[in-house]
Amino acid sequence: MDATQPITAADGTPLKKKLAQAMFRSKLRAAGLVAPLLAFVLASFIFPILALMWQGVHNDTFARYMPNLTEELRVWDGVSEPTEEMYALLVADLKQNRADKTIGKVASRVNQELAGTRSLFTSTARKAKKLEPPYKEALIKTKKKWGQLEVWQAMKLTNQSLTPGYYATSLDAVYTVDSGFVMKEEKRQIYTKLFVRTLFISATVMLLCLLLGYPVAYLLATLPLKYSNLLMIMVLLPFWTSLLVRTTAWIAILQSQGVVNDLLVWIGVASDEGRFSLIYNMTGTIVAMTHILLPFMILPLYSVMKTIPPSYMRAARSLGATPTRAFIKVYMPQTVPGIGAGGLLVFILAIGYYITPALVGGQDGQLISNMIAYHMQKSLNWSLAAALGGILLGGVLVLYWAYDRIIGIDNMKLG
Amino acid sequence: MLDGSDPFVRFRNVQKSYDGETLVVKNLNLEIEAGEFVTMLGPSGSGKTTCLMMLAGFETATHGEIELGGSPINNIPPHKRGIGMVFQNYALFPHMTVAENLAFPLKVRKMTPAEVEEKVKRALDMVQMAAFGDRKPAQLSGGQQQRIALARALVFEPELVLMDEPLGALDKQLREHMQYEIKHIHENLGVTVVYVTHDQSEALTMSNRIAVFDDGVIQQLADPVTLYERPENSFVAQFIGENNTMPGVVESVAKGVASVKLDSGDTVKALAINTDGKGSRTSLSVRPERCVVSQKKTAGLSSLKGRLEELIYLGDHVRCRMNVAGNDEFIVKVPNTADHLGLEIGAETYVGWKTDDCRALDFKAG
Amino acid sequence: MSALTKKIVALAGVSAFVAGNAVAADLTVVSWGGAYTKSQVEAYHKPWMASTGNTIISEDYGGGIAEIKAQVESGNVTWDVVDVELSDAIRACDEGLLEEIDHSTLPAAPDGTPAVDDFLPGTLHDCAVANIVWSSVYVYDSSKVRNWNAPKTMADFFNTDAFPGKRGMRKSPKVTMEFALIADGVPVSEVYDVLGTEEGIERAFAKLDTIKDDVIWWEAGAQPPQLLADGEVIFTTAWNGRVFNAVAAEDQTFEMVWDGQIYDLDLWVIPKGSKNVEAALDFVRFSTATEQLANQASWISYGPARASSVPLIGTYHDNPEIQMADHMPTAPGNFANALQNDFEFWADNADDLNERFNAWLAQ
Repeated sequence: MDATQPITAADGTPLKKKLAQAMFRSKLRAAGLVAPLLAFVLASFIFPILALMWQGVHNDTFARYMPNLTEELRVWDGVSEPTEEMYALLVADLKQNRADKTIGKVASRVNQELAGTRSLFTSTARKAKKLEPPYKEALIKTKKKWGQLEVWQAMKLTNQSLTPGYYATSLDAVYTVDSGFVMKEEKRQIYTKLFVRTLFISATVMLLCLLLGYPVAYLLATLPLKYSNLLMIMVLLPFWTSLLVRTTAWIAILQSQGVVNDLLVWIGVASDEGRFSLIYNMTGTIVAMTHILLPFMILPLYSVMKTIPPSYMRAARSLGATPTRAFIKVYMPQTVPGIGAGGLLVFILAIGYYITPALVGGQDGQLISNMIAYHMQKSLNWSLAAALGGILLGGVLVLYWAYDRIIGIDNMKLG
Repeated sequence: MLDGSDPFVRFRNVQKSYDGETLVVKNLNLEIEAGEFVTMLGPSGSGKTTCLMMLAGFETATHGEIELGGSPINNIPPHKRGIGMVFQNYALFPHMTVAENLAFPLKVRKMTPAEVEEKVKRALDMVQMAAFGDRKPAQLSGGQQQRIALARALVFEPELVLMDEPLGALDKQLREHMQYEIKHIHENLGVTVVYVTHDQSEALTMSNRIAVFDDGVIQQLADPVTLYERPENSFVAQFIGENNTMPGVVESVAKGVASVKLDSGDTVKALAINTDGKGSRTSLSVRPERCVVSQKKTAGLSSLKGRLEELIYLGDHVRCRMNVAGNDEFIVKVPNTADHLGLEIGAETYVGWKTDDCRALDFKAG
Repeated sequence: MSALTKKIVALAGVSAFVAGNAVAADLTVVSWGGAYTKSQVEAYHKPWMASTGNTIISEDYGGGIAEIKAQVESGNVTWDVVDVELSDAIRACDEGLLEEIDHSTLPAAPDGTPAVDDFLPGTLHDCAVANIVWSSVYVYDSSKVRNWNAPKTMADFFNTDAFPGKRGMRKSPKVTMEFALIADGVPVSEVYDVLGTEEGIERAFAKLDTIKDDVIWWEAGAQPPQLLADGEVIFTTAWNGRVFNAVAAEDQTFEMVWDGQIYDLDLWVIPKGSKNVEAALDFVRFSTATEQLANQASWISYGPARASSVPLIGTYHDNPEIQMADHMPTAPGNFANALQNDFEFWADNADDLNERFNAWLAQ
């Protein structure tokens, strides 16, 4: 038989093809079993994330609600004097906006690019019906600002549905018609600082959780069952209390008239006037977040430690290692998967925290998530929130990738 | 440090309790000479592993003293005892390579890198694993891991090595092979070995002496031949090898030979090893291979009538399950000679044995 | 009673019955919680439920139009009537998120003055009807012995030499920046002109810089009285009704400093697409009638938005010795140096100033 000839089944079809046919049914069944979950994940996770990323670069409010002006703005060079025709189209659109009650959306959008234009649009739209040609003159007579090039440039920018503007803002830069990306002046920079601070606080919280959680997890894994069960309940107790209650409890404990300060004054560490600021600042955020996230560190550590038989430590000691050395050289390296899993979990959760920092963070304990929440809930600039969220997501993915490179993702154990 | 009078390892009146209510080890006395291979054999929960752990230093004796090389070690922590140990699941450090595992006890002892390398190489050679130094334990088979664990326990040249059921996880063939290997290493190095197992054949194969544990007490401490040939109580007789028991009452004892009336009504003679004298209950013990099956009574043997219940052909011999003196689990091993060919199930025959092979021991119900 | 009037009464009864049936619904009314919601429940909700037989579900929220926007845009409107701030009402109306309210259907004053003339200027909008005037002031605890005299002016709030200690302020540029300029000597009439310039913004931040390290920022209206009661701060800005309530209901010894107060409106709006528009409109008309607005004032010290309600303001519901009129932001003794919040200024500049304010905070 020729070696290169494909092996065939008894009926003469190539074996590979036959095998594929035989496997097809089972593959189909497997796909059928996975399909509902896949659809669920797609609909509830992947799609919203993609939609969010899209919203961070795409905002067609202006182009959609100013259909007459949009084409003209696109061809306009952005520096020459706006023509009478452009003004006429603007008035037509404003009239339509007024009737459709969409003027607020357009005004808000332009106001994002150029502060102070919201009322320019809303008040002009209210009077648009009465305006007579020549429109340029009429508009400028209504509001002087219509004569400013700046306003038209802002409109041209917002007219671009696909815009890098939000991402630029997220990195404290401005995107303009004539000079592209420009960093904002130092004192107006906020987001980059918050990103750095978020990473710093998350890393600190993660380290604190590790320092505090490691001994507890070790006790949990090594104590006899009746004690470890009690300890486990104590570890899990915070899970059964609402986040708000726990956070408020920290306020009561840490505030300047709180338990800790009273104690410090009583034992004479602090004077009554010189009480420590332990809350409404970064310290408060770190303390409260460490407390809240501690179980997320302890549980993965515990589940890993539980699988390490005591015979390793015994072996190390029988080989001549002191308890400390045996712990460091033999026990700890085996808990690396737990440290990795707990660390990553705590870090990623910390990066997205916003309720706790909002309550106890004061001004220097705020995280980037607080800004995202602010833009979602207060300023309603969802595109900017999406861009900030997109950067945060990208950052987390980079960290995840780095973790995979350094420790290896299959080395991670959650239980 | 060793003078002629002191044993190398000595347990003196050692007791151990975990909960303060029951004793896991009851008043243990045991002396082990340097260079000996002593096995602690017993069912699980008999206290043998606890004894080993006390010797290693991982458990503390509740009462009594443990001495090593003539000095008490009760208060010396495990890492200062210098005892090598092989664990049931090998306990090879999974994050280190084989060579790093072997180097661990040497580095702890602050040896120079050259020394470490030399000793690791020698230890690997000893267990024929020289090519595996760079592997991680998880990449080795069970038998290979076993060898490495053995090499690691020996690499720092301890005078005493403890082994806690080290072959328990291996399949039968490999286990038997490793038994010889450990025995040879012991003979070549001359270290003292204390070995824990629940497998009696393993104990018989390897040991100089065996301590049979049950219920926290050493039932018998003897070399393998004595233990098998002359068990001192029913437990040892039952636990070591196969054994037929027949309950009865001692009628008389004369010159070390007891006359025992069996519960079935027959009267037989047996060596009075462990009875409370006339009128006491006793269990007679006869090894299956010391019984003879014959058509009629054989002169010079104690003979009882029996009925053949089952035959199992095992090549070199035939196992006969018989009903003798009311015991239908009575086993006789018939050598594969021409004689056995006449055996048939249901046949009424005589079963006989020498009085010297039948031992009257303490009575145990059930 | 003549036959005709009998007939009219009967007809009215029937129509009321029909109308009542037509609007029978569970109305969800959303407001700011705490003492303020309680005043509304007592003065508006209970009598309205009694007269119509409808039920009201009262919900709390923290302000802003995000939730309204989300509901309207998703087409699942569960809120029927919402109490919002003026700038939010204007913005939501511009974005088409609210039902329009016909001012001619609002109840006239008892003396027959049409509603449009009876409501205070600037309190009626296309989509919103004001119910109260509230004010941002600052407050201190007079029971705490300190080695300083009672503060009198807005400048005192910023004077850390004479008044050392922490200060509570709302974490928002709104009101905060105006306070800074007033404290820096800008007359209330010019505050928004100054704040409209780059120099004015710089000036406000520069003034805020002087107390930045001493500020504890609050976000919810219930926080400042708590901060003050806990002794966390010596002064705090607050909403006057919350402070009054802490004093009247919780026996706190808080004193308000009315100098430089900034007053604003709270208005009823109806999210577009509410499933109970008719009932919601009925509720808005009912609650903004002269009598109800006056009644509310006996529960909390916010001023009614109708001129005709003012003479009817009585005493605190729990203590007849407290004349509520004296505690209104609009009371003559309090109103001397007051500034009205300029919603148009904030509609234009909120995004920008919020960003700058946050950047300033983060520095």
